[in-house]
Amino acid sequence: MTYNQKITSLHLDVFKEIGNIGAAHAATALSNLLGKKIDMRVPKVEMVSFNDMMELAGGSENVVVGIYLRIEGDAEGSMFFILPIEQANRFIRRLIFDESFDFKKRPVSELGLSAMQEMGNILSGSYLSALSDFTNLKIYPTVPGLSVDMFGAIISIGLIELSHVSDNVIVINTSIFEDGVEDQETVRGHFFLLPDPDSFDAIFKALGVS
Amino acid sequence: MMLNSSNGQVIKVGIAQMDVVKLPNTIRTSGLGSCVGVILYDESKKIAGLIHVMLPDSSLGRQESINVAKFADTGIAAMIDLLKLEGVQKFKLKAKIAGGAQMFQFTSDKDSMRIGPRNVEAVKHELKRHGILLVAEDTGGNSGRTIEFNPATSTLHIRTVNQGVSEI
Repeated sequence: MTYNQKITSLHLDVFKEIGNIGAAHAATALSNLLGKKIDMRVPKVEMVSFNDMMELAGGSENVVVGIYLRIEGDAEGSMFFILPIEQANRFIRRLIFDESFDFKKRPVSELGLSAMQEMGNILSGSYLSALSDFTNLKIYPTVPGLSVDMFGAIISIGLIELSHVSDNVIVINTSIFEDGVEDQETVRGHFFLLPDPDSFDAIFKALGVS
Repeated sequence: MMLNSSNGQVIKVGIAQMDVVKLPNTIRTSGLGSCVGVILYDESKKIAGLIHVMLPDSSLGRQESINVAKFADTGIAAMIDLLKLEGVQKFKLKAKIAGGAQMFQFTSDKDSMRIGPRNVEAVKHELKRHGILLVAEDTGGNSGRTIEFNPATSTLHIRTVNQGVSEI
């Protein structure tokens, strides 16, 4: 069976639940970290073309703050936490008590970068440990990498593994936003989970839907 | 927008896609990370093709039908064929390339982490194999790039987030 034919609506529901549990934990962690209410949307699970993937966070040229890590172990894949610059600025200013911090200012302050890195660590860690508890799969995240650059350049690294087998990608997309700024499309952060195709079986089996 | 192209349109090429451009239009691809943008052009005829290469080698593919533009080997060969249909002779073709960055610094031994440099190597290998002169390149580093080629001047404009705009 090809990658695209394998996926049924039941499988998509399973992925949606994974996004729900993982991102809920991460949003709670973020909320605790910032002392601020963070809301999330119902996760979207979509099979999209690579080029549609580029549009999910404002287009391939849109400059964002991106945290990326690989998931290794029983199930493998790529995970991204993508924030619009303005929102990342607000979060980091709050974390390091420096209202002048700005990801657009060069050079970016080391303290701010390392705070962002740590935030990525905490959020992806809580997302993945929730996922591991839920599935009983042993998964190990790599240390997250940080990049402030064009969305397309950042996200394409997550498409490399998939591109060997498909021109489409299953993306578990959960958006988060600060309480009160929900309407502003531009200040929404995203968790993107891109499971490797070879790991689908392991995930479905672990959840009894193979 | 990068270029004030002379009344022309900007032809946009997506990831793992390719297209051909003629005067007065320009051709562009945005958000290149580890991918490599390859321009093959004929200076006298003012025709150029752009391929947004994602992977080095089509033997890495595990699909029944492959998207030729995705790989360095099949993409460059297919672009040469496309340009021949436009009346371009292969020996007149020259190349400019950009991209192949390493966006994240990792201590993983996974091969995909080095995909940028491998894409660049593969593209150069294919150009050599087809006897196409590589005139200029802006590759490597750890920044994303948006590139736009103007067949009128054979100039490749490169924009990055941190270093602004340059030309090769």
